[in-house]
Amino acid sequence: MGKNISLKKGYNIKIVGGVTDNSISNHISTTYAIKPTDFYGIAPIPKLVPEIGSEIKAGEPLLYDKKNADLVFTAPVSGEVVELRRGSKRKVTEVVILADKEQRFKDFGKTDLASATAEDVKTKLIESGAWHFLRQRPFLVSAKPTDTPKGIFISGFNTSPLSPNAETVMQGKELEFQAGIDALAKIAPVHLTVQKGSSVTAFEQVNNATTHTISGQHPAGNVGVQIHHISPIRKGEVAWIVNMQDVAVIGKLMMEGIYHPERVISVAGNALETPGLYRVIQGVNLEELVSTTEDARVIDGDVLTGTPVAKESFLGFYSNQISVIKEGDEYEMFGWLLPSYPRPTKSRSLFGSFLSSKPFDVNTNTHGERRAFVVSGQYEDVLPMNIYPVQLLKAILANDFEGMEGLGIYEVVEEDFALCEFVCTSKQPVQQILRDGLEYVREQS
Amino acid sequence: MHHAAGDNKYLRTTVDAFDTFMFTPKDTTSGRGVHIRDGMDLKRTMIMVVLPLTLLYIFGAYNIGQQHYLAGGMQDIGLLQKFMFGLLQIIPMFIVVHAVGLGIEFIFAANKGHAVEEGFLVSGALIPLIMPPSTPLWIVAVAVAFAVILAKEAFGGTGMNIWNVALTARVFVFFAYPTVISGDIIPVLNDAGEIVKNNYVWIQNGHNFLHNLFGGFFEVNAYKEVMQQMVNGSIDAYSGATPLAVAAKDGFGALSSQWTFSELFWGFIPGSIGEMFKPLIILGAIWLIATGIGSWRIIIGFLVGMAITGILFNVLGGQGNVFMQVPFHWHFVIGSALFAMAFMATDPVTAAQTNAGKWVYGILIGVVGMIVRVINPAYPEGWMLAILFLNTFAPLIDHIFISRNVKKRVANVAVG
Repeated sequence: MGKNISLKKGYNIKIVGGVTDNSISNHISTTYAIKPTDFYGIAPIPKLVPEIGSEIKAGEPLLYDKKNADLVFTAPVSGEVVELRRGSKRKVTEVVILADKEQRFKDFGKTDLASATAEDVKTKLIESGAWHFLRQRPFLVSAKPTDTPKGIFISGFNTSPLSPNAETVMQGKELEFQAGIDALAKIAPVHLTVQKGSSVTAFEQVNNATTHTISGQHPAGNVGVQIHHISPIRKGEVAWIVNMQDVAVIGKLMMEGIYHPERVISVAGNALETPGLYRVIQGVNLEELVSTTEDARVIDGDVLTGTPVAKESFLGFYSNQISVIKEGDEYEMFGWLLPSYPRPTKSRSLFGSFLSSKPFDVNTNTHGERRAFVVSGQYEDVLPMNIYPVQLLKAILANDFEGMEGLGIYEVVEEDFALCEFVCTSKQPVQQILRDGLEYVREQS
Repeated sequence: MHHAAGDNKYLRTTVDAFDTFMFTPKDTTSGRGVHIRDGMDLKRTMIMVVLPLTLLYIFGAYNIGQQHYLAGGMQDIGLLQKFMFGLLQIIPMFIVVHAVGLGIEFIFAANKGHAVEEGFLVSGALIPLIMPPSTPLWIVAVAVAFAVILAKEAFGGTGMNIWNVALTARVFVFFAYPTVISGDIIPVLNDAGEIVKNNYVWIQNGHNFLHNLFGGFFEVNAYKEVMQQMVNGSIDAYSGATPLAVAAKDGFGALSSQWTFSELFWGFIPGSIGEMFKPLIILGAIWLIATGIGSWRIIIGFLVGMAITGILFNVLGGQGNVFMQVPFHWHFVIGSALFAMAFMATDPVTAAQTNAGKWVYGILIGVVGMIVRVINPAYPEGWMLAILFLNTFAPLIDHIFISRNVKKRVANVAVG
């Protein structure tokens, strides 16, 4: 029986430039890319399978990590592998494919989900590269096929700022979603958490999964928060997570035997001329999607956890939105005493907190300098988990391994602490500290 | 540090401090982590505390003048004169506190190579409010230096201190120069030369150089004449004892015969500058809770702890201790209880940091403070000592709650 969770803590940040028109436009670009930097824990220089210049079909192997050569990363589209771009220290940043006009798919064969075993499903997922849709908690690295997770958790909605609406993006994907669930259910118990009052057709009457309901402000949509309330992860346990749209991609793979990582994304923000929803294939080039005139920051993901990218970059593997907001590199006279424009805030000492139902015209200004931890109780107000965030961060800073474990580092990843970083009066780099801690613990285990 | 202030690190720190005070920097988020930040920062947090304190200064200035002229038996002094008298008493102390405190902070910041942090804005506003108004300025300077260096910078600066900085300054004066705080006892003799009663002259009725500069405005000469008459014995001296001292020595009967509850509440009585005007302090506490700067858990815990202990004392009676008989609700309006509750106990750095711990912290301060106030024969005020004591134990209180959280998490490993 599914749980009914009601969260009191949290904060929804409303930003000007949200998507108002729910119509979805199809968008294709000439180039697509896989960015190895999207994946934690793989070697910085993965190996390329095909030669540069050779042709590849959608679903054929493109890259592999030396440490896990079986878990190939496959091409999202068919076309010619044109370029391998590198960053500092020869790290591979992008593998670019020039897409075919007519897409060609590698045939993996349809799967009869009634008779398939867990091994069959795993093999198909690994072969097609769809395995990487499964990520592991703790640490948020790719799932290991040899692990036995306590469950596969799917969040049925997004609460990050400017994120696309679940109802809209899952429209028409009911059959694929169910097929995806059926496939995943072979491997481990599936838990789907939907928003209270949600009306997503694909989620109603789902079989082979336990459906939970949750209500509350952001980060209620974070799968980590949901796992914490459904079945918290203890030391030694793993849970796997999948994005809801990726479940539909897995379903399509089972039903039709092709790897076609299509998704609906939102491109929104206050520095954008026209925000909108687009149906794209994973790895799509962003240049034509992002039309902005001003000095803007293009973010692959949401404004709390996303990665800043150049306009000509590509959609991240796990991203379902692009945020484009104004930079804020300007001085403000006595800005801390008399703010000259409304800014999002949780503090009741600023008028912005009483206007939180109105969208804010945000920018990237830090609104203050970095200081030591002074204020207490602030992070706890936006973290609906039974965790002491400041003490956990201090344990990380002190490299206290037992302290980190005891305080719950296995249960959180950056996106869960993102709101804490947002509200932080002392402007601490919370997510960075947490990732450092996660890497430290991961190496030790 | 991005200024053309040359290689002198002290100059660079100073320029940077004033620059960031006047202008919020144009720094943008680094790109690793959140891209947008809340509008709240530490400067604003501090100023939200300083605002109610400013109002207390205004009232305090008037009250100093009021008490001064009352002690001299002079009734016809105007409001402006009283206010200005008090102001000129406060201003030198305020300047000394900030000059010494900020000066030390600037030096430490320059040496460590980081920005001057705003913590002292609040401590610097609090210290003059809790010092006796006529404390010699050199004592104030030494106390501030002691507090900033040993109670703050030695631990790492803002955010790292264990003990409340303002209270450390006061406790320094308390232990090193006790007569300044507890006041002189002037025996009043009758004609036969026997001691009739003891006056606790808490406010020294002197004038500083600023008052003497404007002697005519403040009627200094007339005042000195009256004082001389009191010393001669030709007129009765005004006792100048604080309600706290009276209650401690002579009990509730003496207290209530001199002041009504209402008079104590509205605060036109002798005492430190800041702790008198209770309505403003209560408003200050509500302001801090409303803006989310001060923890309501600590404030309510404090009131609860105080009330319970006060009631307990009333019930127990206590032979030989007349202070126990003072009804518990009177305790809120004598001495600096409400001020300590609103502005000292709520300091987030030195208080307990877990929400549950804040309740324990607040309640214990209330209890310990009352115990020190009522039972301790040597000194009739307990908040400074109680808060510093609980500052020491705040990490332990937090540790207890955090260990429970850790145990609950780790325990499930054995099961699963």
